[in-house]
Amino acid sequence: MDILVLPRKDLIVFICFAVVVLAMPIWLTPFGAAYPGLMQKFVIFALFAVGYNILFGLTGYLSFGHAAFLGVGSYTAVWSFKLLTMDVLPALVLAVVLSGIFSLAIGYVSLRRSGIYFSILTLAFAQMCYNLAYSVLTPITNGETSLQLSRLDARVVDAAFGVVRGERLPSPSLFGVELGGHAGFYLCAVVLLVAFFVAQKVFNSPFGMMLKAIKSNQTRMSYTGFNTRPYALAAFVISGMYAGLAGGLLAVTDPLAGAERMQWTASGEVVLMTILGGVGTLIGPVIGAWLIKYLENIFSAFNDAMLHRTFSFLPDGLQDGVVAVASKFVGEGWHLTLGLVFMLVVIFLPGGIMEGARRIRMAFGQRSGSAPQTKPDPVPAE
Amino acid sequence: MDAILAQLLNGLDKGGAYALIALGLTLVFGTLGVVNFAHGALFMLGAFCAVTIRLLLSMETVTIDPEKLSPWGTPLEVRTPLAQQWFGDWGSVMLDYSVPLAILLAVPIMLILGIVMERGLIKHFYKRPHAEQILVTFGLAIVLQEIVKAFFGPNPIPQPVPTDFRGAADVGAWFGLQAGAVTYPVWRLVYLLFSVGILAAVFAFLRFTTFGMVVRAGMADRETVGILGINIDRRFTIMFGLAAVVAGVAGVMYTPLLPPNYHLGMDFLVLSFVVVVVGGMGSLPGAVAAGFLLGIVQSFASMTEIKSLLPGIDQIIIYLIAVIILLVRPRGLLGRSGVMET
Repeated sequence: MDILVLPRKDLIVFICFAVVVLAMPIWLTPFGAAYPGLMQKFVIFALFAVGYNILFGLTGYLSFGHAAFLGVGSYTAVWSFKLLTMDVLPALVLAVVLSGIFSLAIGYVSLRRSGIYFSILTLAFAQMCYNLAYSVLTPITNGETSLQLSRLDARVVDAAFGVVRGERLPSPSLFGVELGGHAGFYLCAVVLLVAFFVAQKVFNSPFGMMLKAIKSNQTRMSYTGFNTRPYALAAFVISGMYAGLAGGLLAVTDPLAGAERMQWTASGEVVLMTILGGVGTLIGPVIGAWLIKYLENIFSAFNDAMLHRTFSFLPDGLQDGVVAVASKFVGEGWHLTLGLVFMLVVIFLPGGIMEGARRIRMAFGQRSGSAPQTKPDPVPAE
Repeated sequence: MDAILAQLLNGLDKGGAYALIALGLTLVFGTLGVVNFAHGALFMLGAFCAVTIRLLLSMETVTIDPEKLSPWGTPLEVRTPLAQQWFGDWGSVMLDYSVPLAILLAVPIMLILGIVMERGLIKHFYKRPHAEQILVTFGLAIVLQEIVKAFFGPNPIPQPVPTDFRGAADVGAWFGLQAGAVTYPVWRLVYLLFSVGILAAVFAFLRFTTFGMVVRAGMADRETVGILGINIDRRFTIMFGLAAVVAGVAGVMYTPLLPPNYHLGMDFLVLSFVVVVVGGMGSLPGAVAAGFLLGIVQSFASMTEIKSLLPGIDQIIIYLIAVIILLVRPRGLLGRSGVMET
C-alpha cells in the first residue's frame, strides 16, 4: 500500500487539515458561520480551488474556463438524480467522468498554445459551453429556469429496487441515508479530504515535479527530451475532474443546476480564490476559498442599519458619512470590495496569504527548519 | 442578394465596435506589452459618459404656477430643464443631441483616466508575467464596473437617438435594388461611418505624424529607440490614453444601439479579445480586419436559414473561429511572425 503513504511532514499537514475540516461545525460557531449550507459551500469551493491549483499552481497555465467543468459536473449529477437514482455515488462518479471527458477534449485543443493564448482559448470554450447551455441545449440544461428535479422523473434504478415515489420531492441520499444539513456537509468534507490527499500525492510525485518544471522553464524541459504536453494535459484533466466533482457536490447539496455556474465570472472567482490564498501551495487555495466565501456571506448580508450599529461610537454627523461610504462596499457592493482586495493582493502580495505568512515568519526570525517554498516562479509558462 | 446585403450591413456596425475596442487592446499590447483586461470597462465608462451628460442636461427646476390648476386640482407644476433655461432653444437641441455631445466630455475624461491608469497601475506591471497583468486588470475591471453599478444601478439605461437620425435608411435603393428591400437604421449607419472615421484617424496619426512614427519605431524595437534618447515610456503612456479615448468614444456612440449597463464592458471584452487574437496580437490592421470580419460572420450566422441548418451556431461561431485560427495559424490573420506565436 505504498500509494497511501505520505512523507512524515505531509502526513502531519494532512492530519491537521482533516481535524480542521471535520471540526468546522465547532470552530466556525464563534464566527456565526456554522450552519450546514455555508459550510458545504466552504468545502466544495475549497475542493474546486485545490483542483484548479493543480493546473495553475503547478504548471502556470492560467485557465479562464474551469467553471465550464463545474457546470458540466452539476448537470451530470442532476441528470443522474433524474434518470437513475437519488443515490449520490453514481451521480458523483458520472460527474467526474463526464467532466473528465470534457476537459480532455478542451485541454487537448487548448494546450497547443500557452501563455495568454491558452487563457483565451479556455475562455472561448467556456463561453461556448455557457452560450450553448442557454440556447440550443435547453432540452438538456433547461436554459434560464435551470435544471431541477421533479417528482415524476424516471429514476430507473430506484424504481428497479422498488423505491416508491413519495408525495414530496426526493432528496439525495447515500446508501439510503438522506443527506440533509450536517450529513451533507460531512459527505463533502470526506470528499474534500480524499481530494486533498490526492493533491498532496500529486505535489510530491515525480509527475508533480514535471509539472513544476513546465512552469519554471518549458523550453528547457523540452530540450532535455521531455514532451511536456501529455503532462500538462494530465494536469488539466485532473483539475477538470476536481471541478466536475465540486459541481457534482453542489448538485448533491442542492439539486439544481443553472447555466450561470458556467459563466466566465465564475471561472474568475476560482482564480481569485487560488491567488488570494497562495498559488502553488496546497493549503493556500483552501484558505482563499474559505475567506472569499466567508466574506461574501458576511459582507453581502450587511445593510445600512447594521452599519449604523457598527459605527455607533462615532459622532452623529461623522457616522452618517462613514456609513454612506461603507455602504458602497457591503451588501450589493460586495463585489467592489472583492475586486479591490484582489487588486491589492496581486499588486503587493502575488504569492497570496501563504506568502504573507511566510514573510511575517521571516520577519520574526523564526525560521523553522525548511521554510515552505511559496514564492511563485517569476517565469510564466510561455 | 437583398438578404446578403442586409446581413453584411448588420454585421458591419457591430464589427465597427469590435474593431474600435480591439484596436485599443492591441495598441496597448503592441506598445506596452501589457494584456489589459480592463479595456472593456473603458468602453463601458465611455457609454456612461453619455448617460451622465443626459442626466445633467435633463436636470429640471420645478416651479409651481399659482394661477393654473392641473386636471387633478393641484397647483400646476412647471418643469423647465436647466439646459433650456440657460441656453434657450439651444438647450432642447443639446438634450436631443446628448449622445454626440457626450463625446466632448468623454474625450478628456477618458484621456485623463487612461493616463492615470497607466502611470498609477500598469506601469508597475511591465515586467511582471502576463498572468499577473491579466489578473490585476481583471480586478480593476471588476472595481470599475462595480463603481458604475453603485452610481447608476444595475439596470440598462436606454439612450435616445437624435431625432434627425431616427428611422431607417433605404440602403437597397442606393445600390440599385428595389426600394424598401434593404432598410437599415440610420444610427447604425452613422456608427459604421463614425468607427471607420476614428479608425482612419488613428491610423493616419500613427502613419503621418512624427509622434506616430516614434511610437511605431518603439513598437518595433523599444530598446533602440530608448538608446536614441527618446523618452519612449511617455509616448507609450499617451498611446494608452489614446486607446482609452478610442474605447470611450466607441462606447458613447454605441449607447443608442444597446442600452448600457454596468457589465456591458465585460460582454464586449471577451469578444474583443477573441478579435485581437484572430487578427494577430499586436497587429493594428489585423485587429480592424478581424473586428469587421467577425462582426459580419456573426450576423450571417444568425440568419434563420443557417440557424436551422446548424442550430446554435450563432452563439458560438466567433469562439469557434478563434479556436480554429489559433490552432492553424497561431500568430493570427495578420500578426507579425515571432510575436507571441507559441
